[in-house]
Amino acid sequence: MTVTRRQILAFGAATAAVTLVGIPVSKVLAAAPEMDAKIKEFTGGATPGEGKLTLTAPEIAENGNTVPISVSVDSPMTAEDHVVAVMVLAEGNPSPGVATFHFTPLSGKAEASTRIRLAKTQNVVAVARMSDGSVYMAASEVKVTIGGCGG
Amino acid sequence: MANVKPRVKVPKTASKGEIITLKTLISHEMESGQRKDKEGKPIPRQILHTFTCAFNGQDVFSCDMEPSISANPYLEFDAKVEESGTFVFTWLDDDGSTYTAESKVAVS
Repeated sequence: MTVTRRQILAFGAATAAVTLVGIPVSKVLAAAPEMDAKIKEFTGGATPGEGKLTLTAPEIAENGNTVPISVSVDSPMTAEDHVVAVMVLAEGNPSPGVATFHFTPLSGKAEASTRIRLAKTQNVVAVARMSDGSVYMAASEVKVTIGGCGG
Repeated sequence: MANVKPRVKVPKTASKGEIITLKTLISHEMESGQRKDKEGKPIPRQILHTFTCAFNGQDVFSCDMEPSISANPYLEFDAKVEESGTFVFTWLDDDGSTYTAESKVAVS
């Protein structure tokens, strides 16, 4: 069988897609002690689980000055069971904190979008805290072409 | 800070119990404190550090913002409306200023 150029490209794209999905959360944490401290403060020491929380960020951001991100948490958002807050962190920025969204049952849905600055290619991390105290975490790598923290 | 203009996008009408999407945008430099001027001196930080949204006096959503938020901060979030009323959006500036916007929604 002859392998065509098209097949090689398709294979390459598929492999890239597989490697991009899912960054182990533990690996992300070890890399940035300052960020780790912020997460501990936010979670109160609870071990973050995975799932429920979705962080949407572009794979490649041409301009680090304005990178659209959104977070969404799977929750019924009732008075008994809702998302209290979602914190977004950027491990490679001069200061890792980006934003903390505070939700209430009146929010209806635990979803929020904003635009952030990223100094360089890095992992963006989101941590969600539920009303029952459980914690979820998600991470996504964003490749930045032009950094956005001035110089 | 001059020329700070909040803009909000809220549906005018909604049905009872509907979850509506609210969008806000405010023109603001969001000076991060990381940049330097022509003489190499750091430009002091001046950002909007807090955003809140309340509906008929009850908190709906709020956000603590840090220097990593882009200039002209944009926020999109949701709210569940059970009755007609007014959304009040508030931004707090590092220099002590407060910017507000209001939007009414009629629930049928």
